[in-house]
Amino acid sequence: MSGSTQTLSTSIGKKLIMSLTGLFLCLFLIVHLSGNFQLFKDDSGLAFNDYSHFMTHFPPIKVVSYLLYLTIIGHSIYALILTIKNRKARPVNYAMAPKSPSIWSSRNMGILGSFLLLFIVIHMGNFWFSYHKDEWFKNHSGPKMPFKEYRTDLKTGKLVSAKQLPQGEYEYAKYVDVNAQQEITIAKDLQAQVIFSFSSPLYVLFYVIAMGSLSFHLLHGFQSSWQTMGMNHRKYKPIVNQIGIWLFAVIIPIGFAAMPIVYYFTKR
Amino acid sequence: MSGNMNLTLKVWRQKDVKTPGKMVTYPAKDISPDMSFLEMLDVVNEGLIHKGEDPIYFDHDCREGICGSCSLYINGRPHGPKQGITSCQLHMRSFYDGQTIIIEPWRAAAFPVVKDLATDRSAFDRIQHAGGFVSINTGGVPDANEIPIPKPIADEAFNSATCIQCGACVAACKNASAMLFVSAKVSQLALLPQGQPERYQRVQSMVAQMDEEGFGNCTNTAACEAECPKEIKLTNIARMNGDFFTAKFFKSDEVHA
Ligand code: SF4
Ligand code: FES
Repeated sequence: MSGSTQTLSTSIGKKLIMSLTGLFLCLFLIVHLSGNFQLFKDDSGLAFNDYSHFMTHFPPIKVVSYLLYLTIIGHSIYALILTIKNRKARPVNYAMAPKSPSIWSSRNMGILGSFLLLFIVIHMGNFWFSYHKDEWFKNHSGPKMPFKEYRTDLKTGKLVSAKQLPQGEYEYAKYVDVNAQQEITIAKDLQAQVIFSFSSPLYVLFYVIAMGSLSFHLLHGFQSSWQTMGMNHRKYKPIVNQIGIWLFAVIIPIGFAAMPIVYYFTKR
Repeated sequence: MSGNMNLTLKVWRQKDVKTPGKMVTYPAKDISPDMSFLEMLDVVNEGLIHKGEDPIYFDHDCREGICGSCSLYINGRPHGPKQGITSCQLHMRSFYDGQTIIIEPWRAAAFPVVKDLATDRSAFDRIQHAGGFVSINTGGVPDANEIPIPKPIADEAFNSATCIQCGACVAACKNASAMLFVSAKVSQLALLPQGQPERYQRVQSMVAQMDEEGFGNCTNTAACEAECPKEIKLTNIARMNGDFFTAKFFKSDEVHA
């Protein structure tokens, strides 16, 4: 054990922590994006609200989510430690601004990352905290996140009705109404919060800019983490680079940015 | 003489390690475009000496791009505006008449300024002493090609071995990281059969010494690769990291009890 802590305190060891935490966050983005694509279903939010309940209540996923929060904190703290060390390594700056060629995103990971951290805090406050606060603080005086009741026809599988329930105490439930041959789902309406948030143009703009930063952060970050881990194969490194560009710097940020934009223009 | 240039130099002057330095402006008159950058500095220094002033101090030795002494940060780039050459290989035809040229020393905590443009780069020597060697027994002269080495491996090792220890990689890096240099030195030996016995010990010792010297941490910006006069590749860094993690996580230093 002492051997591995020594390893992680070396310069290259700290970089390994940056790359492993970073890649774990990349993996999370894939899951987060594919799950949230359910926002685009035309079902009054049934699938999305169902999914939100599952993601916040299924124990193994809860464990992973706490690991994820730790990872975000670890990635930020190590970035800070490394940045401070790097500043110290050049106490006197050049009089002439350095002109050595390098890619812009690679030089601005700290700024991009800080902005993303701010985004994560606001994003989690708005959705994650709003979703949980009614359970954590049972007696808070503010408005509670509403529940919705969905009725689905058992034979056709089609949504028959979706109605917001009046303010009150509810729990997530899924049962079958045998007489009506309908499946009834009662779920917390997180989608309502999504619609509300993305009706503000400022908020939409903030999200789009944040996804732009994400794109540049990952443009450098994904391939850089493989380089740090020692991946230099002539055949496979170019594949890693292409995944970094197309999946992480293009598809994923565009996918996320599409949510506020589509909601702003269609659901407002 | 027609075709000669008049330039303005802004040069970092610093008396010694302890005294803070400053930029001082000098005219460089009647400079031939065929001069090397160091010859231009010689001309300016001659003028300073005639005036009884302290000449600009800068490191140089071979003046043909093989020793790595000439460490000049010219107009925001180590070894000046051209790629793949050292400051001594830079010609004045790379500049234009009337241009202002800013000349600074390498800037890194691990490379303290000794005087003017010269820095103390013995940190690199100490990293080399920590492991940049192979231990072999002398004896009879071995046959050439006694140990077969595949051509691509030999070429790769040779490319890594062309590093002249100039420190431009550190100077160019926004983090003042020495990873390109150290990885070149680790690689040239790690690739060859003669380097195998000490391979995993070497990478650990050299990285430990690198950290000790106070260089920054690599963020893979690749500014070093762009500025290296010997065009040492970033793949060396990946190779070194791979060896480092192998050494730390998969090799035991001691016999199993
Ligand atoms: S790697 Fe290149 S820039 Fe760095 S010391 Fe060696 S030759 Fe100079
Ligand atoms: S003086 Fe030897 S490399 Fe420039």
